Amino acid sequence: MTPLTQNILVFAFIGIFILIVTLFVRSPRWARPLSRFSRSYSGWIALTIVVIYLVIATSNLILTPWAQADGRPMSLLDLAFKNVPKETSYSAPFTKIDFKNRKLLSVHILGTDALGKDVLQQTMKGASTALLIGTLTSLIYIPIGVILGISAGYYKRYLDDIVQYLYSTVASIPGILLLVAIMIVLGKGIPQISFALGITGWIGLCRLLRGETLRQTERQYCEAARALGERDSSIIFRHILPNVMHLVMINFVLGFSGIILAEAILSYIGVGVPIGTASWGAMIDAARMELSREPKVWWNILSATGALFILVLSLNLLGDALRKAFDPKAP
Amino acid sequence: MIPIILGVMVITFVLFYMLQKPETMARHILGPKASPQAVENWIKLRGYDKPVFINTQTGHHWYDSQFCTYIVSLATFNLGVSDTTGQPVIDRFKEGAIPSLTITVPAFFLGLALALSISLFFVYVRETSIDFAGTIFAVALMSIPVMVYVIFGQWLLAVHFKYFPAYGFSLDGAGIVRFLALPVMILIFGGLGSDIRMYRAIFLEEIRNDYVRTAYAKGLSSGAVLLCHVLKNGMINIITLTVSALPMLILGSLVLETFFGIPGLGNMALDAIHTSDFAVIRATTYIGTLLYLFGLLLTDLCYAWVDPRIKLQ
Amino acid sequence: MSSSPLLSVKNLSIRFETDEGNVDAVKNVSFDLQAGETLAIVGESGSGKSVTSLALTRLLPEPPAKYVSGTILLKDQDVLTMAPSNLRKIRGGEIAYIFQEPSTSLNPVFTIRNQIAEAIRLHRPEVKDIDAEVISTLNAVGIVNPEQRLHDYPHQLSGGMQQRVMIAMALSCHPQILVADEPTTALDVTIQAQIMEELRQLRQKFGTAIILITHNFGIVKGFADRVAVMYRGQIVEHGPTEQILQSPQHPYTKALIACIPKMGTKQRRLLTIDHDEIDKALAG
Repeated sequence: MTPLTQNILVFAFIGIFILIVTLFVRSPRWARPLSRFSRSYSGWIALTIVVIYLVIATSNLILTPWAQADGRPMSLLDLAFKNVPKETSYSAPFTKIDFKNRKLLSVHILGTDALGKDVLQQTMKGASTALLIGTLTSLIYIPIGVILGISAGYYKRYLDDIVQYLYSTVASIPGILLLVAIMIVLGKGIPQISFALGITGWIGLCRLLRGETLRQTERQYCEAARALGERDSSIIFRHILPNVMHLVMINFVLGFSGIILAEAILSYIGVGVPIGTASWGAMIDAARMELSREPKVWWNILSATGALFILVLSLNLLGDALRKAFDPKAP
Repeated sequence: MIPIILGVMVITFVLFYMLQKPETMARHILGPKASPQAVENWIKLRGYDKPVFINTQTGHHWYDSQFCTYIVSLATFNLGVSDTTGQPVIDRFKEGAIPSLTITVPAFFLGLALALSISLFFVYVRETSIDFAGTIFAVALMSIPVMVYVIFGQWLLAVHFKYFPAYGFSLDGAGIVRFLALPVMILIFGGLGSDIRMYRAIFLEEIRNDYVRTAYAKGLSSGAVLLCHVLKNGMINIITLTVSALPMLILGSLVLETFFGIPGLGNMALDAIHTSDFAVIRATTYIGTLLYLFGLLLTDLCYAWVDPRIKLQ
Repeated sequence: MSSSPLLSVKNLSIRFETDEGNVDAVKNVSFDLQAGETLAIVGESGSGKSVTSLALTRLLPEPPAKYVSGTILLKDQDVLTMAPSNLRKIRGGEIAYIFQEPSTSLNPVFTIRNQIAEAIRLHRPEVKDIDAEVISTLNAVGIVNPEQRLHDYPHQLSGGMQQRVMIAMALSCHPQILVADEPTTALDVTIQAQIMEELRQLRQKFGTAIILITHNFGIVKGFADRVAVMYRGQIVEHGPTEQILQSPQHPYTKALIACIPKMGTKQRRLLTIDHDEIDKALAG
């Protein structure tokens, strides 16, 4: 992929995403829940944090015409860190001594890692990896979950039987083992992780939508629409889909946090991202030995854990705030 | 139940036999320097050269194919030998189950009791600032990946404060407590956040029911209403969530066991992952599924036990 | 009129405070109840009658409910300012409830013996043989072979039987006031009559005062001594049953009474209540 096509793809994707969000935010169906959401402090704080992460992550996906030392094009994030020098080994935050060569360095806010890379930059790149995987995974599991869930709930009978069989079969394999098995067969890599998480992650959404669609089809408006001779496709797209879309959104937000945690665990186990890709899980893995070094190298694990913790916490709180906004009686 | 087991067999077969070239597997195990002859022998020995689904060659039975052999061997619990050590997989399962159980069973019951009491407390003080802070705390607990609990717990309590040994395993008397306290504690903490959140939601859903109002109208205190009436009704929902944890009880924790040097099944599985031991991973996945399905059966039994509205047929 | 009524509600106002805004569910409601008397509070759903009845022992969840003003005096003690421990003695002990849905109001996972015994143990610790007491209460509400019913779960009983168990539970502690909140609405018509007859007999036997909450003037007739009609959170008319049935003053009361289906008359359709018309009449 040339830098130009990558940039075009990234911008096109952001554009489509913003368009979809605007469409939903402005739909009258969502007006009341969203005004309820706008009164939730935790929701706003969480949303702000998530947007900051999104901006940082995107900045590492947009490429510039300048080249790095190894010839690959610099991303906007790399450009921002252009003047931060690379060290030869660990250095603690705000200190100026290199452990190995005992020479003076410039200051790194979060220190440097074993290879002398700036930890702040690595953490930000980790955000980019996590959000890329989260996005790709969502692009796989949400369509599967929505299509299977709604068609099972709407058409019922044998289609429902098949879908139920499919998800009970996949759900009966312990999740982490299935993920690991897929990753071992497919090999490490960002697309591979997204695929593995995507084809195992649709079950919850599918089950939820199947139940909700069943409930909707029993409502009177659905029967009325059918009595008026509306076609199935039009009932699904004009009546059912808009009525379950908020569930998809809440599932997307909460699922995103699950994907990020799963990516970190897979990378930690050693079947996640390939070596050389910045990932919070890999950073935590590296820190296993670092805590027993003398002096202790604590900044690496702390940065990765902190970054991951804040993002996952924000996503969870955002999802909770949205759920409360759409269902005020929810506990 | 049977169709699901068959489905799982098909999924794992596709995963391990069809998406994976036998040559790659052989190279993984034998090393890149192995002779082509050795690779061929390795493949032949394990039957990877047979037709995939149906054997159409003359002089062979139609069922002499990889798929049929695979199904038959799984159904008869013939799990084969480890690709790396040659040890029968079933033996390793027998060895590893006990160490895993000694950690997961106490962690499961203590964790359940702890999560139940904390969530009941949050429900007792519902819609106060304590409840609000508690909910955020629970979400925070579940936003930390399990390996951070492991790494940080070991470093803080074993390395820094030296309360517990950092590493090792023993099954005799005092050793159990000495070595197991820390891993058990960490395992409890790792699951506490999501459990509290889920149970709290279940109990809050439950207190909206009419029978709770009746209990209050009788003159019971809030504590008595929660502990007698809401707890027992809530348990019906909670059982579904907890019994499906059965596979993880026996299979142990992938991340935790290696870290503390516990010779359990989680440790075995992680070893297999690192050495690409497909036979062991295959067997672990299959046994995990069987345990899960067994857990489902157990759930139904527990339902009938707790909920008088359900009678066993 | 005796000097001091058993229960006296004065200027009670209740507001529900939610994120969506406030709702004044009960506005300035006052009424008295003498010992052994039966008061019917009549109104349609949402008129505030159930809220009023639950407020008598502060059973409304707070928040969102808030007692804005007023007093509820039970034997000259204010329920609204009472300590929680005293409040719990009153609930069930002095004022007992029967709710609308017996099937959901009984706890599904406990036997009916357990649920009745729980109330007895709480309010009558002097009772030694609890099983015998439960059986005699079940007998009193017309359950045949109560010994065999003791270890049944609520789902094993019919709706009418479940409501009898609810009544038994309420009466097991000999309360002075029984609040029956739509006791027959969820039941079949034939069972309704049986339950009302049961309440009538029990009232005579125990001398309990009853507050009957209903939307149905049909069951008020011949059962209640006095009627209070509630409309949009307020008591709009209050007086002896006969007087109100014969010469209702308020347009809403008239509309409610007109809704009673009459036997033997040629009625083309069931009447409905036109709120706009009532509001117009009220304004004019």
